[in-house]
Parts: sequence; structure tokens; C-alpha cells
Amino acid sequence: MDFSQQISQYLLSGLATGAIYALIGLGFAIIYNSTGIINFAQGEFVMLGGMFGVYFHTIHNFNLVVALLLAVACAAISGVVFERLAIRPLRKATPLGLVIITIGGSILVRGIAMLVWGKDTHALPTFSGDEPITLAGATLLPQHLWIFALTVLLIAVNKLFFQFTITGKALRACAVNQRAAGLVGIDVRRMVMFSFLLASGMGALAGIIIAPLTMTSYDVGIMLGLKGFCAAIIGGMSNGIGTVLGGLILGVLEALGAGLISSGYKDAVTFIILLLILFLRPQGLFSRGDSERV
Amino acid sequence: MRRELLKFALFSALVLTVPALVKGGYLLNVLVFVGINTMLAVALNLLLGFAGQISLGQAAFYGLGAYLSGVLTTTHGWNPWTALCAAAVAVGLLAFVIGLPILKLKGHYLAMATLGFGIIVFIVFNEYVDVTGGPSGFPGIPGMQIGDLRFDSDLKSYYLIWGMALLVILLAVNLTQSRIGRALRAIHDSEVAARVLGVNARLLKVQVFTCSAVISCVAGSLYAHTVTFISPSTFGFHFSVELLTMVIIGGLGSIYGSCLGAALLTLLPEFLRTFQDYDIVVYGLLLILMTMFLPGGLVQGGEIVWRWLRQLWPGKAG
Amino acid sequence: MKIRFVRQMGLLLALSLSAGMVFAAEPLKVGALFSVTGPPSFLGEPERNTAQMVVDDINKAGGIKGRPIELVVYDTTGDPTKAVQLATKLIKDDKVVAIIGPSTTGETMAVKPVTEKEQIPLISCAAGTKIADPVNPCTFKTAQNDTLAVERIYEHLKKRKIDKVAILSVSDGFGASGREQLKAQAVKFGITLVVDDTFGPKDTDMTAQLTKIRGSEAQAIICWGTNPGPALVAKNARQLGIKLPLFMSHGVSSKKFIELAGEAAEGIILPTGRVIVADQLPEKDPQKKALMTYVMNYKQRYGVEGDHFGGHAWDAVMLLKKAFEQGADTPATIREQLEKISGFAGIGGVFSFSGTDHCGLTKDAFVLVEIKNKDWVLVD
Repeated sequence: MDFSQQISQYLLSGLATGAIYALIGLGFAIIYNSTGIINFAQGEFVMLGGMFGVYFHTIHNFNLVVALLLAVACAAISGVVFERLAIRPLRKATPLGLVIITIGGSILVRGIAMLVWGKDTHALPTFSGDEPITLAGATLLPQHLWIFALTVLLIAVNKLFFQFTITGKALRACAVNQRAAGLVGIDVRRMVMFSFLLASGMGALAGIIIAPLTMTSYDVGIMLGLKGFCAAIIGGMSNGIGTVLGGLILGVLEALGAGLISSGYKDAVTFIILLLILFLRPQGLFSRGDSERV
Repeated sequence: MRRELLKFALFSALVLTVPALVKGGYLLNVLVFVGINTMLAVALNLLLGFAGQISLGQAAFYGLGAYLSGVLTTTHGWNPWTALCAAAVAVGLLAFVIGLPILKLKGHYLAMATLGFGIIVFIVFNEYVDVTGGPSGFPGIPGMQIGDLRFDSDLKSYYLIWGMALLVILLAVNLTQSRIGRALRAIHDSEVAARVLGVNARLLKVQVFTCSAVISCVAGSLYAHTVTFISPSTFGFHFSVELLTMVIIGGLGSIYGSCLGAALLTLLPEFLRTFQDYDIVVYGLLLILMTMFLPGGLVQGGEIVWRWLRQLWPGKAG
Repeated sequence: MKIRFVRQMGLLLALSLSAGMVFAAEPLKVGALFSVTGPPSFLGEPERNTAQMVVDDINKAGGIKGRPIELVVYDTTGDPTKAVQLATKLIKDDKVVAIIGPSTTGETMAVKPVTEKEQIPLISCAAGTKIADPVNPCTFKTAQNDTLAVERIYEHLKKRKIDKVAILSVSDGFGASGREQLKAQAVKFGITLVVDDTFGPKDTDMTAQLTKIRGSEAQAIICWGTNPGPALVAKNARQLGIKLPLFMSHGVSSKKFIELAGEAAEGIILPTGRVIVADQLPEKDPQKKALMTYVMNYKQRYGVEGDHFGGHAWDAVMLLKKAFEQGADTPATIREQLEKISGFAGIGGVFSFSGTDHCGLTKDAFVLVEIKNKDWVLVD
């Protein structure tokens, strides 16, 4: 197996992981753009997606598709509950208070998941089999194709939603200026709730799609959330291509780092990238000239 | 200021007489750890409660103190006190250098950046096996000693740790009552306004960050010499969250509140054995509820109760 | 009349004697430190359950010479600091005569200085070789040394004439300890480690490390860790089309691994204690009786089969029982009696302690098994 084949494997694996980070990052971006809040608990919704999926499929023996839909629905509802209970009462909160509350919220969600479902790791069956596919000397699983497909689909749907529907435009208006949006008759509070619904639903979908590959347990949310956040930061918190590119870049750098430099320090690579971006270019790599902020 | 010194004197008297009341045993051992956590909580409070800067990476400085002290004394045979000072200086420099870019960030970005920093340091502890012993831990750290006096019993450790903790509290009280303290509070309220009034906000934030890091580092060194065995799991994200909860419970901006928070979160699990698995749920709830309803922490709660009691017995006040 | 009087006196005598016996039945206090919650809970929970079950059974049968065993269990949550605090509590407050556990090597190394100083016998349930090597007077262990597991694998590789190996270990206490032994024993068996990589306990993708291995000269892969990581390694290896023989450690000797790895588990070989293949053992195997009893009793009480990890606690309690039966009831005498135990057929193996051996097992404590059709099959 020669070097170029190795590199193409790292690239392919990196792109696959990167697509997952991109999906999670989109969730961060949506909430941030509509409310100005960074939802620390985003990673936990990804976890909820996977866990609910396991719950419905393995314990209640529902068909995989039904389990998927139910899981996304349940996670989305959890997102709304979270917003109602933890975020809404803080209309006049200090920024510091908001940070602490979202941290507390993520811990709480994780803790409840642990109490309800235990600490075990669970696997989901893949959507369409386990046979590896070879591509340019590297191998991929069908599940990876599902991930790519879903990411593309979600971006397209996102773009259409935000550009062409009333609710989408209303959300964009809130992102620009909440007060002005309120003045022209947009129910800002409803929009906030809606953005949480959207973000948690998307996160849950990401969680279910990757669960067959990575298995799921009550604490997968921490790392996934952080890396998704990193993807969003690299992409400049954009609701579209920027964040996706951010995720892909992150995934590839991580895979290359693990393969070429050191596997043990792999996560350190991710966070060094995060720190560098935050220090040197906090507005992200793609925001200048990228007028598409939403 | 005199009132503050009086409060401090009373608190010190309490701390110094507790061992006699407790009569040794397991509780004394736990109180030693309360002392260490108090130092860490006060350090975080200076940064969070007074300057209003959130840091989720305090465990990193704590761990650096422990590992630097551990490695310098065990692998290289340094004197523990020299190692402690060297670690403090090294960590101080690191904190200053990191602090400059990191404290340009605000709110969630600062939280994430400090979290990322904390994780990077944790990974280094875990992976740099040749030096730190990796996940299996680092055993055989010598205890502290001054001349012939070895700090090898719970009672002696108690006085050593709390002696240092009282020093830290005195420093914090001094700091917050001074011009610097007022400047910090101004930054917390509105950084822009503070700047307009001539406060060098950026430098001051970095200085507090450094100070907080150095205190945490010293706490880490003392921890290493008390327990004689350290492992990376003690210095992870979970502990940073625990520290945050201690400060929030005690009350942002209240130094004795941090002691209370540290004491509660260290002692309570001892008395509530069934608490174990529920601890993250409770921490999460506490963080949310405290921030929503009682941002001043238990100290504020205590004041509210005190005022309510005073109302019930108006005659006494006269 | 006389007979009635004699009978009454006899009854009175019998009653007072038994009353005397009841009052004299001071319990034997044994402490236990297990990580019942926290990341190593898959170790601590079965260990605690097993210890409680065995102690209850002993007490139901009348205790040791009429004295019940009182087990004081504390949950360390896998944190070495807590383990040290709780060890102090057991010694100072509860005044135990011996301590079983902790569940992990890290915690044991932290607790060791405390128990050695107070001269309380410690019977650890953790695998790290350095717990009992070099030997300390009061520290014993029941879990097989990871050295022995490594030797088993290397022996097998030598038989198959494989000498270039890639190792992939988890960066936690268990994995790090295994990695140390894999490196230390390699030269002795003529094995070269061509790749030495690690992965984090919570990592979700090991294709990068496996790609590196695929591109190297490795003829076999040894993965050292506990669930769920190794299951992912197996799956990733299959995805990458790696056909090299894959070996695992005893850290995954539970059905959970097969459940998580699915198809990818087929053909994997690992060393394990005999407990998971108890029913396949020949009748003349000295451990068979103890194993079958343990597996069934545990299942009866807790609903699942007794496993490899719970077995360490079983051995610890039974070893103490043997020491108690010889009359030992103070820390010093217990220690003495433990060292005299020889040929004790337990769950982890056949134990023989001595003044220079506080681990008590040889590599026969491990058997090699291969995963076939989602079940374990003995390999000779």
C-alpha cells in the first residue's frame, strides 16, 4: 500500500468525519444567527438523536426509518423544552449568565440521558449494509455516502428555507437586528424557539446518521459538540457553505494529523486549530467576501 | 478595610480551631481537600466573579502545578519548595502569554477557547507518557517538609494547606478592596466605560488571569505533595465544571462564598453516598437555577434570609 | 422430677452457651473500594455485586467459625484521589482488617502507599503488573497480570511464525499498562513492533491509525483496550479491507464486545480468563467447579452471567475467607496466611502466593479464544 493511497485514505476518512462536524456546526450557526447565543448544549442534541434512535429501534423494535423520524422528533421537542425552560426566562440575562446556563444545560441533558439510558455504548445497524466501497485506492462505507448525501441535502434545504420562505426570512431578520424585526411584526420569541427546533432536529439527524459508524453513548456529545463548534467558527458562523467547508477542513486536518504526525495528539490538533482561528481570525476563514451570512 | 480584616481574623480563627473540634479521623482528611478546592475556587472567583471573565480551563493550571512539581521533585530530585516556586513562575509566564490573545475574546468564545486550552493540556498529560507516566499516573511524589518537619500526617497537611489558603484569601481580599478591585468591577460592569475612564482593561484582565493561574498552580503543587500520586483524570473538564459550580453556588464576587461553595461540593458527596451517579445532574441544575434565581449564590441567599429574620424581630435592631 | 430439672438445666446451659456465642461473634470487617460508577463502572459494578453475593453466601452458611463478615463498600468513581480518601476512611473510621479492590491500576497505585504505611492487606482487582512487582509486604492482586496475557499472545504469534506486529492501544490506564508490557516482552519473543499507535477512549474513528498500519510491514495487529474502542477498531479494520490477523486483550472478554463489533468480530483471537468458556472446559479442569457455580449463582441473583471482572472480586473474598479460616483476624496475621495460600482454584486461575509472589498466577490463568459465530471457541 503506497503512500499516495494512504493519503487518499486519510483524505476520504477526513472528509467523512468532516461532514459530520459540518452538520453539527450548522446547528450552532443557526441558533447563533437567530439569537446571538452559542448553544453549548448542541452536542447533546446530537447525542440525543443517536440515543433516541437506539431506544426506538433496539428496544421498541421499530423499523429503522420510523425510529429515525421519531428520534429526530423527540430530540427536536427536547430542544424546544430546553429553550423554554432555560433560555426564555433569561430575557434580561448577562452574557456571562447565558454562557453558564447553556453549560449547565448541556451537563443536565447529559446527566438525564445517563440516568435514563445508562452508561453503556450502543450500536445501530447501518442503513444499507457494511460492504466497503473503493474509491481512488481508499475505502468508504455506504454509511459515509449517506452522510455526504444528507449534508448536501440539508444545505440545499437550508438555503431554500432561508431565502424563499417567510419563516426563513423572518429568522434572517432576527439575526440582523432583533428589535427591528420585532418592530415590523415578527414574533421574535417564536423565532427563537423555532431556531432551537431546527438546530436540535438537525443535530439529532446528524447523531442518528453517525451512530451506526461510531456507536453512541451518553457522553458522545461533548467532543462532537466542541468539534462542531470549531467547524462553525472556521466557517465564520455561516448558515451555509462556509460552515460546511469549515467542517470538511477540520476533518481532513484531523485525519492527516493522526496519520502523519501522531494519533495520540489528534484532538490536540483540533483544539490548537480552534485557538489559532479564535486568536488570529475570529470571524472565520470564509466570511470576507462571502456575503452569504445566512 | 478594617471590617474586612476583622472578617478575615474571625475566619482564620475558625479555620485554625476546626481540627480540635473534628478530632482527626476521616473528616480531617476531607477538610484538607476542602482547603485545596478553596484556593482554586477563590482563584476562579477573582477571574469570574470580579473581572467577569469566564474560564473553563482552570484545571489545566492546577494540573500543570501538580505535574511540574511532581516531575521536578521525583524525577529530578529538586527541593519541593524550589519546585513549587519554579512551577509558579513557569505557569505564570505561560498564563500571561496565553492570556494576551485569549482575553481579547468575550463570552462564549472565551469559554470555548479556555475549554480548548484545558483539553490540550489534559491531552499532553495523558500522552507525554515518558515524562508524566500517562494515564497510569505518576507515583512516588515526596511530601513537603520544612527542615526536619515532615508534613506526613493529616493534621500537618491541614495546617500547611489551610495556611496557604488563608494567605490566598488575604491576597484576594486585599486585591478586591484596592484600586485594582474597583477597576475589575468596572470592567465587569462595562468594559467600554472602564476604558473610557482610563482603566487599562486589557492588561488588567491578563494580570488577573495570570494571578488566578499562579494560585491554581500553587494549589496543584501542594496537592501533588499531599497525595503523592497524581493522574490526568483529576485535571480534566469535569473538574473545571465542578470548580465553576463551587464558585456559582458560593456567589460570584464573594470570596468567603467561594470557600462555602468549595466546602459544600467537597463535603456533601461524603455525606450523600447515593449522590454519586447523580452528581452531574445536580451540578447542571444548580448552575441553571443559581444563575437564574440567585446569581449572588448562597451568600446572597444568606443575606436575604438574614434580612427577613431581622424583619421578624424589629425590636432587636433598635 | 430430677429428669425435668436436668433437662431445664441443660436447656439453660445450652441457651447461655449459644448466647455467649452470639455475643462473641464479632464481625470480621473487610473494606472494599470499587469504581461502581464512573468510566470504569463496567469493572466496579460486577465486582461489587460479586463481593456482596459471596459475603452474603458465606454469612448465610454461618460465617467463619461463627463470625460474620461485614463488607463495607465505597464507590471511588474511578478517581484515584477519592480512592485514597476512601482508603483512609476505611482504615481510620471503619477500622477494617483488610481491603479488596480498587478496580483500576491507577487507583491501586494511589492507594498502595497508604495501605502499606498502615500495614493493612490490600487485595487489588486491577490488572497492572507493577501493582505486585516489585513485591510489597501488604499488597496482593487477583486479576491476572497483563504480562501473562501478552505472553500468551506472543507465544501464539511465535507458533504462527509472525514476528512483525503493529500495536494499537487506548490512552487510558488499562491500555497504557498493556502497551508497556507489549513493548517490554517483544524482544524476548523475537517480535518487532513496526507500529506503536494509540487512540483515545472516546475516539470515534480509527481509520487513520489503521491506514498507517495497512501501509506498514505488520503481519498482525494487537489492539489493547476496553469497550467500546476496540469494537470500532475491528469495524474500521474491516472497512479498510485489512486481512491481517487481529488480536485483542482480555479487556474485551465480554459478550458486549461481540454485540458492538458485529460481523467484524469474527476471527478475532484474545486471551481471557476461563470464566467465559466455563462450559467448554474439560471436567478435569481444576477451576471448572468454581467457575460453573459462580456463573450460575451470579445469574440467579443478578440476572446476567458472572463475568471475567466480577471474578476478580470473587477470588479476593474467597482468598480472605481462606485466611480467616486459618484463624487470621488481624491485618498482620491475614497477610501471613495469604502468603501461605497455594493451589487455590479460583475464577481468575489457580492461585499460589508466596513471600516473593503476590500475584499468584502463571500464564495458564489465561486461555486463548477465537470468536466464531458470535461465540467464544477455545484455541489451543
